[in-house]
Amino acid sequence: MHTVDLKFDHLTKVEGAATLDIAIRDGRVESVHFKIEEYKRFFTKAMEGKPIAAIPQLLARICGTCSNAHILCSIEACEHALDIEPSLQTKILRQLTMYGLNIRDHALHLYLFAMPDIYGKDAFLDFDENDPEQHQLLHDAFEIKAAGNYLATIVAGRSVHAIYPTIGGFNHFPGKEEIDEAIKKLGNIRPAVLRLIDVFQKAPFHFDRKTNFMALVPKDVYGFIDGVIKTDDGEIIEEKDYRDHLERIVLPYSQASAYQHKRGSYMVGALARMNLAKDLLHARTKSSLRGALDIFSSTDIFMNNVAQAIEILHCLDHAVEILQSNTIIQEPIVKKAPRDAVGVGVVEAPRGTLYHQYHVRKDGVVTSGEVIVPTGQNQINIEEDIFVLVQNLLPDAAKEKIQLEVEKLIRAYDPCMSCAAHFLKVRWNEA
Amino acid sequence: MNEKIKIGWFSFSCCEDNTIVMTEIMNDHWQEWKKIFDFRHARVLKSDNILDELDIAFVEGAIASDEHAKKLKEIREKSKKLVAVGACAVVGMPAGQRNYFNEQQKQEIQFLIARFSALPKVLKVSEVVTVDAEIPGCPMEPNVFLDAVNKLVSEIKQICTQ
Repeated sequence: MHTVDLKFDHLTKVEGAATLDIAIRDGRVESVHFKIEEYKRFFTKAMEGKPIAAIPQLLARICGTCSNAHILCSIEACEHALDIEPSLQTKILRQLTMYGLNIRDHALHLYLFAMPDIYGKDAFLDFDENDPEQHQLLHDAFEIKAAGNYLATIVAGRSVHAIYPTIGGFNHFPGKEEIDEAIKKLGNIRPAVLRLIDVFQKAPFHFDRKTNFMALVPKDVYGFIDGVIKTDDGEIIEEKDYRDHLERIVLPYSQASAYQHKRGSYMVGALARMNLAKDLLHARTKSSLRGALDIFSSTDIFMNNVAQAIEILHCLDHAVEILQSNTIIQEPIVKKAPRDAVGVGVVEAPRGTLYHQYHVRKDGVVTSGEVIVPTGQNQINIEEDIFVLVQNLLPDAAKEKIQLEVEKLIRAYDPCMSCAAHFLKVRWNEA
Repeated sequence: MNEKIKIGWFSFSCCEDNTIVMTEIMNDHWQEWKKIFDFRHARVLKSDNILDELDIAFVEGAIASDEHAKKLKEIREKSKKLVAVGACAVVGMPAGQRNYFNEQQKQEIQFLIARFSALPKVLKVSEVVTVDAEIPGCPMEPNVFLDAVNKLVSEIKQICTQ
C-alpha cells in the first residue's frame, strides 16, 4: 500500500459519530484526521443570558453518556461562583452518584464496545449462551450495569440526566430499604467484576507509545470530584488555574475543539487516573488485585480498559463502605445570593478530566462560559497513536486489517463524540 | 412468526441519552430481545450494520444537515415502522436551541453553520418524514418505551401474518 487515502466512515461501538481519514504517500503515513461528526448544538452559546439555577440541567444535555458528570461539574462551578460550601452528606451523595455512573458507564464500554474484539465477535449480544464462559460474561455484564444503574437511580434519581442533585445539595434522599438493596446488589457483582478485570488483563492487545498524562487527583481516597490536577511529571495545578495550562487547538476538519498541554499532547481518563493515583484505591480493592495493579504506571493504551475495570471494583467497594457506615438524613439545600464572580468546576468524568467555567453577574445571570471535555483533550493523542499504529502496519496490512486495528485502538480510549462536539468560543476563532 | 423482528437504532443530532437508556433497559430484557430482535443496524451495538429492510426503526436526535435529512428519508423508505425517540427527535429541542438564538448569537455562530454545511434551522424528525409513533422525554421513560415496543411488535406480527 504505497499511495492511498483511507476513509473509515461511521466508526462503531463508540459514543457518538466519528470518521477517520488517513493519507498514505509513498508508503508513509502523511496525515491522520480523526473527525468528530456530531453537529454542534451550541450549549456554551445557549447558556449566555440564562439564570444560574438553570445551568446544570441544561448542560447535562451535552452528553447522555456521562450526563451526571456534567451535572456535578456544573453544580461545582455554580457553587464556586456563589460561594456555597456543600454539606458533608452532599459530598458523600455526590461521590455515590459518580460511583454509580462509573460502574454502569465503564461496564457498557468494556462489555458492549471493547469485549467483542477480544472474542472475535461483531456484537456483545452475539456471545453464545451455550458456551459457559460467554454465558457467564453475558450475565455479568447486565448485572454489573444494573447495579450501577440502581445506585445512580436511588441517589440521583436517574442514571441519565439526574434529577436530585442541585446547586447547594440534594432535593431527595434514598431510604433505608433502597440503601440495603444497593449494598446487596453491589456485593453480588463483586465476583463478576473480578472476572472482568481478569479478561482485560489477559487480553492480547497492546499499543505502547510514550505520552503525557493528566488527571484530577484527590487527597485521601481515589475519586472523581475533589483534588488538584496532576501530571505524570509531577506538576500540580489548582482547579481554578486550569486555563493557564491548556492550549486550545482548532482542527478545521472536526466539529470538536482539541487541546494541548505545554509538553504537547496528553491523555486523560482511567489510565491517567490509575497511573497517577492507584495508591489511593480502596483498601479492599487493592488487597484483591496485587497483580493487576503492578501493571501501572503504563503507557499501553489498552491498559485503559484494565484501569476502567479496576475502577468499577473501587467504586463498588467504596460505595458499599459509604452506604454501610453513613445514615442519610433529610437536609435543607444551602442557598446564597448571587454575586459578580467566576466559578470553575473540575471533575473526573468516566473518560477523563471535565472542566466547566462560568462568568456570573450579581443578578444571577450567566454572561459566558466554557466547557472542556475529555475527548477534546484526547483527540490529538488519538491521532498521534493512529499515525504510529498505521505506519507500523504498513506496507503489508490490508485495509480491513488497518481498520480493525485502528478501531480497536480508538475504542480503547473510549471516546465520546457527543460530548466533544458541542462547544463554541467565538473569540478564539477570531484570535 | 419465527423470523426475528428487524430493528434499526439511529442517532442524529442529540446527546444520545436514549441510546444509554435503551442499553440500561436491556439489563432486564436482553435475553428476550436476543430471541425476538435482529439488531440489523445499531452502531452502538455492532460494526456490521445493514440498512436493507427494517421492521422498526428507532430514531433519536434532531435533523441538522441535508445529509441527516437524506439518511432519515432512506431509513423511512426501508422501514415498516419509524419511531421518533426522545425530545430532540420529537420536538427538536434542545439540539435545535440555535433556532431560538437572537440575531447577535446567530451571527456569532454563522461561520460554523457554514463550515459544516448545517441546515439554517434544526428540524424535528416529523418535519422530514412521516412518523408512526413518538416516545417523548429527555431522556425517554423506560416504561413508555417498553409499552411502545410491545405495541409495535404486535402490529408487526399482525402485518406479517396477513
